[in-house]
Amino acid sequence: MTNTGTIFQREINAYFLSPVAYIVIAVFMVFSGYFFSIMLGITQETTLRYSLAYTQFILSILTPVITMRLMAEESKTGTIEPLMTAPVTDFEVVFGKFLAAWALYNIMIAPTAFYIIFLSWVGHPDYGTIVASYIGLILMGGLFVSIGLLVSAVTKNQIVAAVIGIVALLILLVIGLASAGNEGWFYSCLRYIGTYDHWDAFSKGIVDTRDVVYYVSFTALLIFIAIRIVESRRWR
Amino acid sequence: MIKVNHLSKRYADVYAINDVSFEVPEGEILGLLGPNGAGKTTTMRILTCYMPATSGSALVAGFDVFRDSVNVRRQIGYLPENVPLYPEMRVREYLAFRAKLKKVPSRERSKKIDECIEKCRITDVQKQIIGTLSKGYRQRVGLADTLVHDPKILILDEPTIGLDPNQIRQVRQLIKELGEKHTILLSTHILPEVEMICSNVIIINKGKIVAMDTPSNLASQLRSGSNIGLEVRGNGEKINSALSGIKGVKKVTWHDKGEISKYAVETEKNVDIREEVFAQVVKNSGIIREMKQESVTLEEVFHQITMQEQEGTT
Repeated sequence: MTNTGTIFQREINAYFLSPVAYIVIAVFMVFSGYFFSIMLGITQETTLRYSLAYTQFILSILTPVITMRLMAEESKTGTIEPLMTAPVTDFEVVFGKFLAAWALYNIMIAPTAFYIIFLSWVGHPDYGTIVASYIGLILMGGLFVSIGLLVSAVTKNQIVAAVIGIVALLILLVIGLASAGNEGWFYSCLRYIGTYDHWDAFSKGIVDTRDVVYYVSFTALLIFIAIRIVESRRWR
Repeated sequence: MIKVNHLSKRYADVYAINDVSFEVPEGEILGLLGPNGAGKTTTMRILTCYMPATSGSALVAGFDVFRDSVNVRRQIGYLPENVPLYPEMRVREYLAFRAKLKKVPSRERSKKIDECIEKCRITDVQKQIIGTLSKGYRQRVGLADTLVHDPKILILDEPTIGLDPNQIRQVRQLIKELGEKHTILLSTHILPEVEMICSNVIIINKGKIVAMDTPSNLASQLRSGSNIGLEVRGNGEKINSALSGIKGVKKVTWHDKGEISKYAVETEKNVDIREEVFAQVVKNSGIIREMKQESVTLEEVFHQITMQEQEGTT
């Protein structure tokens, strides 16, 4: 496990040594700030629920930008060769990279804490709901990052990794949205697979075990597949 | 230290390496020599557990590369071709990262890194960003990385490729020094390099081992005769026929006809005709301006072996 920490540390440093982290954080702040002020103006409610719902779209686009380099860059530049011939396991490498990208995701959404301060200044927000929303947001981030990581593991091209990741995340978001309000097993399946319903529960202030299980198990499965893909090089 | 048994690697229908077996005893510097695409890198990648073999087995430091991969990787320092490094990191930072990955205890880490930096002569760039380094420095940073955990075995893939002559010299010198403490397997397609640093050579072509010996043995094995180069002022015609008459001469080629003639005299094996040549030239009232014995270099051996192989297969 110490190797996971070493990899994590290097990846975090790499993010902040390149413009990626700063650009992603800046873009996120611009859009989330825009949605926050618009939704606050329209609803006149001291809640983050509506603005964060829109923020999901931004996160679906920005998270793959964070994760696109994780494995693809190493394959492209060949640094994967010294990395994988060092005495580390594939799990340690992949998991360390996952944690680093997830950490950057959380750093990216951290400035939204300012909106809470703002809300408490203009009114009386429900802090319990807000905490639940953030739990949901962080768990959703884990899922988004694991999808991006998986895509990055199958290609050498970062742009390809980003585009496929964005498309995958938007599909995951849209199938939940589009099947909302429809009856039948097909639509409830789509609603379960899609991220929207699970997220909606959190944003209403409900921390339901089912939603937590959905995010955690889906994330774990994707990380597991990513490890297998990286590992496949050793026996293919 | 390294034991390779009937190793093969197949991509679709093409064998990258085909039934390769060899051994590297402890303390030896073995050179893998072959033209581009001969299977050198593939062999090294299998030995470093980067990819698996299709069939056959390999033991590195007593561990199987397929089953005991982590243990193998603990014992080796591997310098891949073209030395991929993280361009955004600083040299020392990179070495610290690698040392940590390779489980150098934190108490010794700083000291070990200092040692490697000094050994590879990169003290003056240790705070520089890797992306700004020249090829020669990058190569040496790569070498420092292979040494940082004091591995028993070094596997170096084309360690001098892309360097300028001075840097090549320095890197060769460094490898030679390292050979005193480590077992080294290195690949190259530059022949003088092998002659200079390796104690044993394997010539590999199209995935197969075609020769395996010490550099000097390989050269003498194929020395079918030696050549004498001659530059003479005098009557070319007369001297030419006189040279052809010497016992042990296989062939005389006469070029640069004129007042000064040049000859290439090919002789049979283990015959020294230099004195006789001198006598004959003087007898025909020629003046020798130059006479040199040309011995077969590894370069010719390599060329002959790899060309023979090609003729044989086509």
